[in-house]
Amino acid sequence: MADDYILELDNVSKYFGTVIALQGVTLRLKRGEVHCLLGDNGAGKSTLIKTLAGVHTPSTGAYRVEGEEVRFSSPREALDRGIATVYQDLALVPLMSVARNFFAGREPRRKWLGVLPVIDMAYANETAREKLAEMGIHVRDASQPVGTMSGGERQCLAIARAIHFGAKVLILDEPTAALGVKQSCNVLKLIHNARARGISVIFITHNVHHAYPIADSFTLLNRGQSMGTFAKNDISKEEVLDMMAGGTEIQQLVDQLEGRAA
Amino acid sequence: MSVINESVTTMIQAKRAKAPEEAVPTDERVRKISPWRVLLDRPELGSIAGTVLVFAFFGIFAGGSGMFALDGVINWAQVAGYLGIIAVGACLLMIAGEFDLSMGSMIGFAGVMVAIPPMYLGWPLWAAVLFAFAGSMALGALNGYLVVRTKLPSFIVTLAFMFILRGLTLVLSTGFANSTIVSGIGDKFSEDPVISALFQGTTLHWLFNALAGMNLIEKLPSGDPVVGGLPKVLIWWLAMAAVAGFVLARTRFGNWIYTVGGDANAAKNVGVPVRRVKISLFVLTAFCACLFGVLQVADVGSAAADRGLQKEFEAIIAVVIGGTLLTGGFGSVIGACFGALIFGVVQIGISYTNIDSDWYRVFLGGMLLLAVLFNHYIRSRAAATK
Repeated sequence: MADDYILELDNVSKYFGTVIALQGVTLRLKRGEVHCLLGDNGAGKSTLIKTLAGVHTPSTGAYRVEGEEVRFSSPREALDRGIATVYQDLALVPLMSVARNFFAGREPRRKWLGVLPVIDMAYANETAREKLAEMGIHVRDASQPVGTMSGGERQCLAIARAIHFGAKVLILDEPTAALGVKQSCNVLKLIHNARARGISVIFITHNVHHAYPIADSFTLLNRGQSMGTFAKNDISKEEVLDMMAGGTEIQQLVDQLEGRAA
Repeated sequence: MSVINESVTTMIQAKRAKAPEEAVPTDERVRKISPWRVLLDRPELGSIAGTVLVFAFFGIFAGGSGMFALDGVINWAQVAGYLGIIAVGACLLMIAGEFDLSMGSMIGFAGVMVAIPPMYLGWPLWAAVLFAFAGSMALGALNGYLVVRTKLPSFIVTLAFMFILRGLTLVLSTGFANSTIVSGIGDKFSEDPVISALFQGTTLHWLFNALAGMNLIEKLPSGDPVVGGLPKVLIWWLAMAAVAGFVLARTRFGNWIYTVGGDANAAKNVGVPVRRVKISLFVLTAFCACLFGVLQVADVGSAAADRGLQKEFEAIIAVVIGGTLLTGGFGSVIGACFGALIFGVVQIGISYTNIDSDWYRVFLGGMLLLAVLFNHYIRSRAAATK
């Protein structure tokens, strides 16, 4: 039943001139699951998520949303279908206030003096503060610049924003890459909360220790090709590590170092 | 005994009074910011401080010279008004992260677009004015289109137009008028009541007459006020500043300007039409430059090939003094207006003092440097993580 899957890439390839960025990748995202996309640098993760987000269109193969084949020509169209992507740069402007960032591009409006459409700043401030509080981040003043927030808080702000605007699918590009341990935990909790609300999540990372506890299934990418999708029950953390590009290299390095030490 | 009792009661009361305050849960990671720091985070602060400084300076050195008499005030306010009009446009464009170096040349080009058709092609003046605005805005759109399309720095693209338009202005004026000045257009303005009412001369004459009647402003021996009315350029300046300030601070488009300038990629990812925002702001700067040109032609009665020379830099300086960051994403229209005011006061004021007016540019450069250093400090503080 195709309808079990909210997103589906079927045998998708993407070429940039002579470069094969993706080759015959199949990825299926079930409703309400956290799907972890693992791969080393250059494995094609970025191309894959940009394809999902509507930045790229597949060169060959099909992209289906809720069973219906789509061909997005802009990220806006993907967004309209409820597919929200949080990139590593988070799409936040440090010099702008929390509320202005939260509503950037989708500002709530009211009529000033009954005629002129202006931004409803009171509503924006209140909503931004409230939504962040739901995610466990307490800002006293939503008019403070985003530049004053920590990396983890910014990540959560970007995710909270995507959820507020009706994301059904969240694509998170390395959300924990630049974060400390505690902040990473907050983000993982946030992903858990999102799943509890029925939102499907694609979580891109190369850190298995972050991925394994939260994910329901894994897809491994290596050099533009999928090495398969595995449910959590079927695979152990060590196996995932081994399969990842670099897993064996790390093991060799460890052996070498220990051998030298001994 | 009673003394002790009393002091104990006050202690208890003091404690009781304090208790509810402590009960409010506070976030231990939120600290109080002094009102002074909040003020420091406003972009306008530097330019307002600069304005106070400049007024104090000329108050001391030119206080008795008539600079602050009504005709003196109108004199420098008019200079500030002209610059202010283009500074408003330049300000919004710079907040969106782009420059327009063709503004000065556009002033000259708009001048010949207004002056040549009525003088040499038999057009009515109103048609020429409309043509000038339409032509300028189309050129602005072309500027913007080339910038967003090629992704080249706007610095280079508009630099090219700065030369192209300046050259075309010269070619057209020598071609038609056989001179670098196209004169005689002033009469055409006086003949057209609508265009004249919009762009030429002064307004609010009744107010100035009434004030003179009440002896509130200086009068000529004839009983007329020394200044007949408020120059229309000042009305235009205030109107442009009010509209631009409102759009920037209160509307959706204003938020888009900030987002585009703060991080164009982020803006694109959240669905802001980056290209449309940028192109429309290039159209705005062209409109402002054309307005400047039309007002000047109406005022002087001629168009000339060297009109608006270096005005683009003066506009950028005014905007930067006003607290707008060169890199975009931060700034204010009010600041840019104060920047223009500083300009007018310094440019005109220096001739009222004993200082050699050759020092004008030195003074200006110094102000610019100070403003940039100050803004850099503000930005590094605002963008810093805690």
